[in-house]
Amino acid sequence: MVNITINGEKLSVKEGTTILEAAKAVNIDIPHLCYLKDINEIGACRVCCVEVEGMEELVTACNTVCREGMVVKTNSPKARSSRRTNVALILADHDCQCATCSRGGNCTLSTLANDLGILDSRYIETTEYAEWKSDCPIVRNPAKCIKCMRCIQICDKVQGMNVWDLTGTGYRTTVGVAQNVKMEEAKCAYCGQCITHCPVGALREKNSLTELYDALADPEVVTMVQVAPAVRAAWGEGVGLEREEGSMGKMVAALREIGFDLVYDTVYTADLTIMEEGSEFIERFTHKDEYSWPMFTSCCPGWVRFAKLEYPQYVKNLSTAKSPQQMFGAMAKTLIAKKAGVDPKKVFSVSIMPCTAKKYECDVEQVNDAGEGQDVDLVLTTRELDRLIRADRIDMKNIKESPFDEIFGAGTGAGVIFGATGGVMEAALRSAYFLITGENPPVDAFKDVRGLDGWKEATFEVQGMPVRVAVASGLGNTRKLMEAIDKGEVEYDFVEIMACPGGCAGGGGQPIHEGEELAGIRGQHLYGLDQINELRFSHENPAVTLTYEEYLEKPNSHLAHELLHTELTEWDL
Amino acid sequence: MSRLEFRTKDRAQQTADNLNADFERRVLATTPGQCPVDMVESFLSLCHAQSCGKCVPCRLGIAQLLKVHRDILDLSKEVSMDRLELLQKTAETIRISADCAIGKEAGNMVLKALEGFREDYEEHILYNRCAPNVMDKRHPVACVSDCPAHVDVPGYTALVREGRYDDAVRLIRKDNPFPTVCAHICEHPCEHRCRRQLVDSSVNIRALKKYAVDNCSETVPTPDKMDDTGKRVAIIGGGPSGLTAAYFLSLMGHKPTVFEKRDKLGGMLRYGIPNYRLPRERLQWDIDAILGTGVEVKLNYDYEKESSVEELMKEYDATYISIGAHTHKTIGVDGEYLHNVIPAVEMLRGIGDDAMPDFRDKAVCVIGGGNVAMDVARTAKRLGASEVHIVYRRRRADMTALDEEIDGAIAEGCNLIELKAPARILGDDNSNVKALVVQPQMSGESDASGRPRPVPANAPEETIPCQIIISAIGQGIDYDEFKETDIVVNERRGLFVTNPANEAQGNPGIYAGGDCVTGPSTVINAIAAGKVAAANIDEYLGYNHEISVDVDIPLPVIEDKKPTGRAELRLRYANERGGDFHGIEGGYSIEEALQEASRCLRCDYNGFGLFRGGRNEKW
Repeated sequence: MVNITINGEKLSVKEGTTILEAAKAVNIDIPHLCYLKDINEIGACRVCCVEVEGMEELVTACNTVCREGMVVKTNSPKARSSRRTNVALILADHDCQCATCSRGGNCTLSTLANDLGILDSRYIETTEYAEWKSDCPIVRNPAKCIKCMRCIQICDKVQGMNVWDLTGTGYRTTVGVAQNVKMEEAKCAYCGQCITHCPVGALREKNSLTELYDALADPEVVTMVQVAPAVRAAWGEGVGLEREEGSMGKMVAALREIGFDLVYDTVYTADLTIMEEGSEFIERFTHKDEYSWPMFTSCCPGWVRFAKLEYPQYVKNLSTAKSPQQMFGAMAKTLIAKKAGVDPKKVFSVSIMPCTAKKYECDVEQVNDAGEGQDVDLVLTTRELDRLIRADRIDMKNIKESPFDEIFGAGTGAGVIFGATGGVMEAALRSAYFLITGENPPVDAFKDVRGLDGWKEATFEVQGMPVRVAVASGLGNTRKLMEAIDKGEVEYDFVEIMACPGGCAGGGGQPIHEGEELAGIRGQHLYGLDQINELRFSHENPAVTLTYEEYLEKPNSHLAHELLHTELTEWDL
Repeated sequence: MSRLEFRTKDRAQQTADNLNADFERRVLATTPGQCPVDMVESFLSLCHAQSCGKCVPCRLGIAQLLKVHRDILDLSKEVSMDRLELLQKTAETIRISADCAIGKEAGNMVLKALEGFREDYEEHILYNRCAPNVMDKRHPVACVSDCPAHVDVPGYTALVREGRYDDAVRLIRKDNPFPTVCAHICEHPCEHRCRRQLVDSSVNIRALKKYAVDNCSETVPTPDKMDDTGKRVAIIGGGPSGLTAAYFLSLMGHKPTVFEKRDKLGGMLRYGIPNYRLPRERLQWDIDAILGTGVEVKLNYDYEKESSVEELMKEYDATYISIGAHTHKTIGVDGEYLHNVIPAVEMLRGIGDDAMPDFRDKAVCVIGGGNVAMDVARTAKRLGASEVHIVYRRRRADMTALDEEIDGAIAEGCNLIELKAPARILGDDNSNVKALVVQPQMSGESDASGRPRPVPANAPEETIPCQIIISAIGQGIDYDEFKETDIVVNERRGLFVTNPANEAQGNPGIYAGGDCVTGPSTVINAIAAGKVAAANIDEYLGYNHEISVDVDIPLPVIEDKKPTGRAELRLRYANERGGDFHGIEGGYSIEEALQEASRCLRCDYNGFGLFRGGRNEKW
């Protein structure tokens, strides 16, 4: 233990503790900007500089380890003055047109500057204005970038994709796409973790609101919306609701008020995915010699891109079943339109996703099979949904709950947990067990694959046969797992991968909270919703039953293959 | 008003002069991997500030060069390629029409830049970014980057500060198995761009390494060998490069065998560098550690009687050729073949095998200006020579020898004779040397590399009476044994030809490095070549063994970095040391070592280091 004094308060901390962490333990908040715990402790912004007794120079609290007898003053005149000057310098280099910023009202820099009372600045603007020439789901505005390096670090250290890097030297140093390539050519999974870890509005998703408003305004168009499982665990954060208050009823009511004609749940097609993917797994598992192993899930487009970019030899191992978003899209312009009595040609199909890569997925030519334009016309992130609600000033506290439209709003708890790491695996196993044995397993039989560990594994027995499964989330963890598989160090039958740490709950399209990682809490919320759902098995979803009875006949039927499966090897990147 | 004034500097002038000096050091400490275009832009600002403003090309031309550079560097501006032509034309005009060097040399700088790194300009114009090689070369830690073997300098500096000398040695060995040798004789390129120069002067890195090897345990264990691969590698030549390759290959689990022509291992370390600079027992300490990893050695290897080089290359899974450069070059003057005209390499070689010539009461002339010339001059003095003249056809400033070596020679009583080219050697009736005749020279126009050419001065020849002449004018390689092989030799330079991976051209599995590829160079370059060869041979053999070490590096001490004088190592007094072959260099006191170590700015941690990784933990 090391004894130190911070602002007159004596405390002892574990060896190796930084000043910032030590201060936090006694509720002393040291202002900081670039710091991201364990990921970016590089002392770039110098906002967390504090005074240490006996020293003339200031030290950064974020990466200076406490030493015995150290006396720290976090708000000494010198520390204050330097902090204010450094923030003023950043502001002079930052596009301060906050009104048009994606992070308006949720900007770490703006909060900091305001807290420090930097209202007048004598500095000359040095902002770098440059056009972002790319149509990718990830948009970067150099004028907003404060060069905190978090995007580089999260991409390197957590996702292991190394998409971003420094470019330019000296005062022109900024962040650009690594290896001097264009964004289109970058090996980017489009996971959006750089966006959710950006302290300002330098990174955001491609904005889809104008297209949506045009569709809503067109009387000839029937707008049909689906809402992904993980959205329900996070959407309330952006509209002032406690997590428990953010019920689906309220969300559906809001969507109707915004003007969507038909409101459905992606959970329906999550359940459908389980039927297709589960049946596919059984087919492969019972004809082991005919397939390469392990089989991988394929509902995460970030993972699909990763696999295609980094491990193309394994793409054939991915399930051919489309993601729930795309299955919904395929059904939207066929069966759902028919059941709702609308002309599929008029349907404008929208999805609300916790994800930025989904904006890429819907545009992939090879995934559109319903024959009426794109199966999913437009993808909005959870953040964009919240913006729609705030735009219309919808009173979310008092709005009256509304149910989904008929039939295709039905979803099981198994479909809901798709939004958390391990959820797809658990849901698939619940139904695979049924498909093999003809009876339901105990509902929590597969809970060993839950939790935030980046790489989990388990073996379950189904009719005496061991099924070896693994679950990974985060692309850094995924790479480790893939390397181990490739080297033959591990062997599995079925592997679930989600590109974002913690799964879709921590997705790149979710609401942003400075310094907080909420994937765990949101995931727990989804497991809670599973617990209270009357239906816990995908094969019990009445909409799924109806889909097969009235339209697709059975999982992996010819028509199911046409509409619900895709050849990933042929996808354009 | 007085008619004349004797001016003293006022405060402003003094401060400005100090700032100039500070800035000189700042330029020296430029971190590797800066955008060269960006640097030129900043230099142009300086040039412009220096302009007196009188003549048009300097006042306005430099201003335009500056503006065009800024446009090119602006990350958001669209600039067309014709800007380069404009730069060229403007710079050319400034060079040929400015009134003085302030303008002319500014123009010249841009011309050199456009020729030297045009692709950097083009990358900025076409894509608004620095060329990829700038970003790739960007290294946070200048000392590590500038060390050819990339030894973890801040790491062992920090370990010395903590008194962990064994760990310091282990850490150095991760990249260089000759810590003791380098502690004594490394030319320390690591110090050239040391960031400490921004504060005062570079850290005395070699001295800290010396403190570590002087104070570590009697034996510092080498790492465990990796699993045996059964692969055999022939190492031809047991000098620093060959032994380095052997050490790492052995750690990687291969079986290296070193074939050495002479009695003992060490190459130039033993047969070139005198004992007073590198005491033999200290050299042996490093060699013992290397051999301790299980390197097989064949001394006095005779290619005539045993396998030829060609046969060895066939017999072994891979071969590393590191035969050094041990043959001398001829002076090319009359009298060269008289008795007692001795090539430096031969003399040092004899001494390496303990055959000490007797120079008592002889006058000795040493021809040359490199480190070898200094070595033989100082050795001659120690062998009892009555006087030693170092005769060089250029100026002292043009000598390739390190300043400290020249100073040492002079201090020990050697006489430096500059700008004198050997004309012929005079002999007596018994064909013994009796004098060296020299032609005085003057320093002339510079060659392409910027080094002034010596040209004969309009002055009569001079005669320097002497009984011994030692020529130290360069070395070549002896590749007789390789004539039967396919290994490519650059006939003009007399050296083996390899690619940057040290692969001999067109011979898979055959690698070469060290002096026999680069020509006579430094020990650290030879070591680096051995390291590179080991890595590439390992890969060639189908492996990817990684060399690392389990030494945790202390965090930096939190402290103000106040200007503090660099501590130099003390030498024994010249008149005392000049008469014997014992080591001449002393070590630091503990206080000096701690203070010097604390001068390290820990670039592995601070600045770019913390962000982009200031440490290569393995290779």
